[in-house]
Amino acid sequence: MLKRRQVVVAATALAAVSGGRAPFAQQGPIRIGELNSYKNFPAFLEPYKKGWELAVEEFNKAGGALGRPIEIVSRDDGGTPADAVRVAEELLSRERVAFLVGTFPSNVGLAVSDFAKQRKTLFIAAEPLSDKIVWDQGHRYTYRLRASTYMQTAMLIPDAVKLKKKRWAIVFPNYEYGQSATAAFKKLLKAQQADVEFVTEQATPLGRIEAGAVAQAIADAKPDAIFSSLFGPDLAKFVREGNSRELFKGREVFNLLAGEPEYLDPLKEETPKGWYVTGYPWNEIKTPSHQKFLDAYQAKFKDYPRLGSVVGYATIQSTVAAIRKAGSLDQEKLVDAMSGLTHDTPFGSITYRAIDNQSTMGAYVGQIDVKDGKGVMVNWRYVDGKDALPPDDEVRKMRPAN
Amino acid sequence: MSFASILAQLLNGLAGASSLFMVAAGLSLIFGVTRVVNFAHGSLYMLGLYVAYSTVEFLGRTPLGFWGAIVVATIVIGALGALIEIAILRRIYRAPELFQLLATFAVVLVIKDVALAIWGAEELVGPRAPGLSRTVEIMGRRVPQYDLALIVIAPLLLLGLWLALTRTRWGALVRAATQDREMVGALGVDERKLFTGVFFVGAALAGLGGALQLPREPANLGLDLAVIADAFVVTVVGGLGSIPGAFIAAILIGVVKAFCIALGTQSVLGLEISFSKLTLVVEFLVMAIVLVVRPYGLLGRPPAQQRAVGEITTLPNMPDWRRWLPFVALLALIPFAAPDDRYLLVLLTDIAILSLFAVSLHVLMGPSGMVSFGHAAYFGVAAYAAAILMRKVQLPMEVAVAVAPFVAGAVALVYGWFCVRLSGVYLAMLTLAFAQITWSVIFQWDSLTGGSNGLTGVWPPAWLADKRVYFWLTLVLCALGIGLLWRMLFSPFGYALRAGRDSPLRAEAIGIDVRRLQWFAFALAGAFAGLGGALFAFSKGSISPELASIAQSTDALVMVLLGGVETITGPIAGAAIFTWLKDELARRTEYWRSVFGLVILALVLLFPQGVVGGLAMLWRRVRPAS
Amino acid sequence: MSAPVLEVAGLAKAFGGVRAVDDVSFTVVAGELLAMIGPNGAGKSTCFNMLNGQLSADAGAVRLLGRDVLGMKPRAIWRLGVGRTFQITATFTSMTVRENVQMALLSHRHGLGSLLSRASARHRNEADALLGRVGMREQGDRVCGVLAYGDLKRVELAVALANDPKLLLMDEPTAGMAPKERIELMALAASLAREREVAVLFTEHDMDVVFAHADRIIVLDRGRLIAQGEPAAVRADPQVQAVYLGSGAMFGHEVPA
Repeated sequence: MLKRRQVVVAATALAAVSGGRAPFAQQGPIRIGELNSYKNFPAFLEPYKKGWELAVEEFNKAGGALGRPIEIVSRDDGGTPADAVRVAEELLSRERVAFLVGTFPSNVGLAVSDFAKQRKTLFIAAEPLSDKIVWDQGHRYTYRLRASTYMQTAMLIPDAVKLKKKRWAIVFPNYEYGQSATAAFKKLLKAQQADVEFVTEQATPLGRIEAGAVAQAIADAKPDAIFSSLFGPDLAKFVREGNSRELFKGREVFNLLAGEPEYLDPLKEETPKGWYVTGYPWNEIKTPSHQKFLDAYQAKFKDYPRLGSVVGYATIQSTVAAIRKAGSLDQEKLVDAMSGLTHDTPFGSITYRAIDNQSTMGAYVGQIDVKDGKGVMVNWRYVDGKDALPPDDEVRKMRPAN
Repeated sequence: MSFASILAQLLNGLAGASSLFMVAAGLSLIFGVTRVVNFAHGSLYMLGLYVAYSTVEFLGRTPLGFWGAIVVATIVIGALGALIEIAILRRIYRAPELFQLLATFAVVLVIKDVALAIWGAEELVGPRAPGLSRTVEIMGRRVPQYDLALIVIAPLLLLGLWLALTRTRWGALVRAATQDREMVGALGVDERKLFTGVFFVGAALAGLGGALQLPREPANLGLDLAVIADAFVVTVVGGLGSIPGAFIAAILIGVVKAFCIALGTQSVLGLEISFSKLTLVVEFLVMAIVLVVRPYGLLGRPPAQQRAVGEITTLPNMPDWRRWLPFVALLALIPFAAPDDRYLLVLLTDIAILSLFAVSLHVLMGPSGMVSFGHAAYFGVAAYAAAILMRKVQLPMEVAVAVAPFVAGAVALVYGWFCVRLSGVYLAMLTLAFAQITWSVIFQWDSLTGGSNGLTGVWPPAWLADKRVYFWLTLVLCALGIGLLWRMLFSPFGYALRAGRDSPLRAEAIGIDVRRLQWFAFALAGAFAGLGGALFAFSKGSISPELASIAQSTDALVMVLLGGVETITGPIAGAAIFTWLKDELARRTEYWRSVFGLVILALVLLFPQGVVGGLAMLWRRVRPAS
Repeated sequence: MSAPVLEVAGLAKAFGGVRAVDDVSFTVVAGELLAMIGPNGAGKSTCFNMLNGQLSADAGAVRLLGRDVLGMKPRAIWRLGVGRTFQITATFTSMTVRENVQMALLSHRHGLGSLLSRASARHRNEADALLGRVGMREQGDRVCGVLAYGDLKRVELAVALANDPKLLLMDEPTAGMAPKERIELMALAASLAREREVAVLFTEHDMDVVFAHADRIIVLDRGRLIAQGEPAAVRADPQVQAVYLGSGAMFGHEVPA
């Protein structure tokens, strides 16, 4: 029961070494510090962990980087900025990791990012969606992998505009992610459709939505369409109450993230048909990069990947690509290497933009439907991240000049 | 709002109140009889939902399967509650007040990990109730049949409980014990059986409350903490030990929430007020208002004097600074012993700060007899005050750290004025309400506090950038703070606080204005917690609303209890053990939370007086022999 | 006779229609021991609690050295020079015997605002002197929580004397004690009162104690004052005899000379 991640990973590396090819020089492995709120967000982060485990195994079989294997030193960051900063310090000074990757909630991501800035250490923020990580509070040492709140919202805008709905209701989890998503949605939609009207805004406490009352209040506002950024248990509750009360009948609904298997799968036959979502239709993507990832993942874990798996996997791909490009573990060289770094991921090629350190990893946009009692994505397309970002001069204005 | 939507929202509120009532009734019953503040009650609710989910999957989604699952879950969770009572709590009834809270805190940690291991991380959406899966149209609004069923079930359950409490011998005993615990022993009743029985019923109610949510709420791992806060609020608003009170309070809070949602954003006097955002904290606002107006809740009665006769809680001798100075000096030398281990310094800095935080809470809990469930408010306020003063007002960090404790003290002075008018658990819950209100203000006030993200870039100036120097500064300031607080405990002021705790009657009769002293102590404790908070902010470089959260308050409470509330040095030992253990376990094991919980449980059972209290007792036992 | 220390006039209190205390008037002078007696439920405790401010009164006046104290808080009345002991002892159980007395002395001298001095070092000799007077000096370092009941009563007496009271209110001072202890404690209280010129008002169930030490007696029944005067006169009062008939409390045994 007391599994030591470190040991497991090291053992994997060892197994790879003794696997015959002995590709490594007689130096120790390159240690990468990984921290995440595993106990707070297990639904996303358990698959995430499997994702990076798979990537580490593959890279080490293929010779690692700089002739050395990769070793991940993984820690639970306790889900709070204060604990995370302590854990980050431990990784750097006691475990002597080369640099830091990971984090899930925005406040933890921002805190670790600020810490990385202070310590002049590379930090690849894998998951946190906050726009501030690369914009308002962006800096040289932090890069972000996933498509941000703004990007994912922007990806939904074209479909929203097409529908020409006038009265919109908004529901969002009441913290930075939901607030930013709402602000971005309102701004972007208003820009393209001047007559749009936002008839109600429901801010629900994270994890504690009173779904019946919220559904009722939205119905009473008589909107033509709904924009939601709910996820997890809040989303499931909202869907059930909305379905019961026929809230979604004759109304278009847009919901960020709801196509991600982490949040879609639990809905099963309750899945509301026709919602526009961002997500990850894992069983329908047929690109070679994804197929290779999918096959390896299923072979290793006897389970299908979630979006978290892709993020975990791609995080290590970025890590290794950066080390290889830098040709050294020197922080400044690593950071320089990250800038403009391009590499392949299960979602295709991504680039860490020089302008704001944001990767161009995209997301799948489509609608959801029920098939054999399960939620699936239909009519989906991949939207490249670079097409969902604001113009460069806007970005420059948001990002502080340091 | 039309009448139809008001009616619909009323029904929503009532349906939402149903499960809340059951959980709160269970909590109230358990507290009333055993005086255990059962922190694990939310976990029992969560397990009730999980067990019902699994059972219905096993029995099939038929009416029999569904209602069978509800019954099974109720009984299973009841049995689990009885088991927790027999295996753990029974052994520590004699421990100081609130110590059992520590044990139930550990149970929360264990249950959460066990649930994760059994049911996995993804939320589990249960089936709709067979036969009640449709909606009824009421004035053009669709109301789920199941909601209506819940609205009927709750008062029926209230009636059942009321009959059980007033018409049976068991009920008479429960009521007697709720009013006067000593009396039960005098009546020649087997206290153990009564307590176990009450735990069974209380836990079963929590399990039932959870199970009945099966069609409304997916089983997930966040439910325990989401529910426990609400359950406490309902219990206290209703009046501890009062089942009808819990019923009224549950409805009050359910309905107020529903109407906040219905109101959405409204313009009041030209001011945009988002009632929807108010749902973040509205239950605590209700509680604060109720407690200020009615100090014992809606239907509660002032408790009989709770401190049992003959119970002796002496304070050990005043720590001699000459003995402590070498110890502090030794700590100060650590950076030289391990020059490369920045991390050790970070950990020690944390422990030093949390020690001060815990000691400041202990001043309230121990000698002053005021338990605070919301001490993090002052820690958090000072952290924010310091950060804002430096980042936005551009004051030097040194000035910010010096000013912040006064800000925290001032806030404590305001809150304290209300709190010291209450006593016991009511006082504790009012501190919690104020803390939650503070937290929500920090959480929402984007332009000043950075909202949920908090503030970054809160780094100390160059001369403190070296972790060693910062550690020394922290060590000196925290040692000084702790020293002053200890000195205060043995001053006439500190003695007067203890006098007020020991016997309010006698204290008043010799001219002591207990309330005023308590008020001042409250502010003082807040200010010293604030010093810790300010130092904490600059040691991390960033702050977030978590610093003022329930979790942070609970941590401090756990530290004090773990070390021993009736000792002087206990809070420091508690802070050190808690911080070091959590850090160490989180690093070494995947299921660190349950291991952490089990270690705390072991410590609780080994040292019912707290670690320092227990060791002191051992020492006293050994010494005369030598 | 000197001016009364305590003057009670027309004092009344009702609880939900029941007149617990009904138009009660009496006085106590310095150095005098006045016993208030009456059967259970006669209103003695209610009367007592109104005198020291724990309960509000419906009507009447309570004057301490000519000053109206009705409606004042207990702590304010204490500051005017009223000491009190309780039926069930109320001491600070976590403190030593000496510290209990020191607290009263500190409070009397307005010394409780001090945050940095050591409480246990303040007024130590004075506390010991008071303890010596009640025979508890040797036990000064013991914690109150472990004391025998009789000793606690003595501690309370010392505490009550700490502010040089003009009036001492003793509610059932000997309740729960062995007969021999009772006489001793009351003898001590009486000698202290006379020596310090303190007026004492006490309630008591034990008639032996009452008749041995009281200078005067007032008798309450169902809230009303039915008799007052010298012990011999009260004992002879037919109304008092009627009230006590059946209880046997007053005439059950001989009064020692």
